[in-house]
Amino acid sequence: MSAIIEVKNLSHTYSIGTPFEHKAVVNMNFTVEKGEFLGIIGHTGSGKSTLMQHLNGLLKPTEGEILLGGENIHKDKQTTRAARFRVGLVFQYPEHQIFEETVYKDIAFGPKNMGLSADEIHQRVLRAAAFVGLKEEDLELSPFNLSGGQMRRVAIAGVIAMEPEVIIFDEPTAGLDPAGCKSLLSNIKDYQKATGATVLMVSHSMDDVALLADRLLVLNEGSVEMLATPSQVFVHAERLQQIGLTVPQVTALFLRLKQLGISVDPATYTLDSAVAQLLSLKGGKRHA
Amino acid sequence: MTDAIIANDLHFSYTQYDESKKPIFQGLNLSIAEGSFVAVLGHNGCGKSTLAKHMNAILLPEGGKVYVFGYNTSEDEKLLDIRRNVGMVFQNPDNQMVANVVEEDVAFAPENLGIAPQEIRKRVDEALKTVGMYDYRSHAPHLLSGGQKQRVAIAGVLAMQPKCIVLDEPTAMLDPHGREEVISTIEQLNREKGITVILITHHMSEATRADRVIVMDKGHILLDGTPKEVFVHTELLKKAGLDVPVTTEIISQLNRTGAKLPSDALSIEECAQALCAWLKV
Repeated sequence: MSAIIEVKNLSHTYSIGTPFEHKAVVNMNFTVEKGEFLGIIGHTGSGKSTLMQHLNGLLKPTEGEILLGGENIHKDKQTTRAARFRVGLVFQYPEHQIFEETVYKDIAFGPKNMGLSADEIHQRVLRAAAFVGLKEEDLELSPFNLSGGQMRRVAIAGVIAMEPEVIIFDEPTAGLDPAGCKSLLSNIKDYQKATGATVLMVSHSMDDVALLADRLLVLNEGSVEMLATPSQVFVHAERLQQIGLTVPQVTALFLRLKQLGISVDPATYTLDSAVAQLLSLKGGKRHA
Repeated sequence: MTDAIIANDLHFSYTQYDESKKPIFQGLNLSIAEGSFVAVLGHNGCGKSTLAKHMNAILLPEGGKVYVFGYNTSEDEKLLDIRRNVGMVFQNPDNQMVANVVEEDVAFAPENLGIAPQEIRKRVDEALKTVGMYDYRSHAPHLLSGGQKQRVAIAGVLAMQPKCIVLDEPTAMLDPHGREEVISTIEQLNREKGITVILITHHMSEATRADRVIVMDKGHILLDGTPKEVFVHTELLKKAGLDVPVTTEIISQLNRTGAKLPSDALSIEECAQALCAWLKV
């Protein structure tokens, strides 16, 4: 694996020299591997949004640098502009940014700005719509007549249509019902598998990131607290709680079982593995 | 016990841009007892928010009646009494902040009700203490965290001294810590002050803390009972686009293999104890 994003000694301070001066990010260092699914978790105010906005050059580091494919994204104006297309950002409640008359036009807005040919734009709109589960007949509708969940899919398709190498989602499922969450998350996972894109996802749901992410980046007070696989992260349940986070429900249950003297793996976070472990414990006993 | 909210044969539909009607309720009947803590669950578009908006006359029934503490919401002259008794808290606290200082924001509603200044002072202090934000009374709301803002929004409603609070997904934008702050505040208002609480949510773990859970599906009531009664219906809930708590899911999967675990062991503790006992047999 090779690195796609390198964050080096990144610090960001808001309103320098005013009474509101605030250090949002303090000396962060980490690397995102090409093609990985990185979950980002941290309490409100831990620096998640500030970090995200650095990754495609919306914010400039106060100190340190961001390398995209080995190149500083603030090297010159062209590089910065290119970074905006190479790294797609899906903000929280992206449906608030929808403005076009039809779903088709809204999805086509990004690719159009990239200066692509009409034919290429058309192909990309169709592909992006398919990824997020929109039907072809939806494309001619006004996006404002769709449900909130579908509007969000339109907004996400608009970013996917730019075919960025890296795509960053800020709480893509906030406010969706459980079925809507599940289907959107599986769309995102399928997109990653099909295109090999690198995906970063900020989430407050430990259960969601546990299921999807290859690695988790845990932020606390503007610094990197942990960067490891979900099972390596969730063994530190106590520390996570100290910094305002939780563990997935399954992990909470297994931690309690461990405390009660049952020999289970406390870092379990998927339902299937939980049920399998319990059954084998019970089975082992039966045959003993 | 008297009823805080009664919906009697409620009919309601939204008019779409092409003038066609999209029906939401076709004869909904519901009553919510004063002093209860009710969670309302359901997939997006099932009518949860539409129902909430009927509870303080933001929306009015097309057919049937809604009574709020005995007042018919369709009677214009009762509007002030209804809104005074039922406070609403929405998903995004930024949408309901009006002032630049926390205590001024909380004072907004009582000021509009024409209450005497000394009384307003008292109510604002009390409300902020109740939600644990008194120390922040002179702060600017936009510099607070999401959970803190949402608690200020709740204080703003409390300062009206309503008998009932309706919260429409108040934790959707919060991190786990903020979510817990808000839910325990709500719980405390209900248990200690006897305020009727109606909590609309997508989080099953929040619903398990209510006295009563109502599950809505396509404008109808699908399930209605205590959390333990409702969450045993795993299949029905899934069909309605909802999740069941992880504890219930694990138990139902184990029971399918022949285990006889109690299907109403909802909390982590109850479930862990049940599993422990089962493994030791």
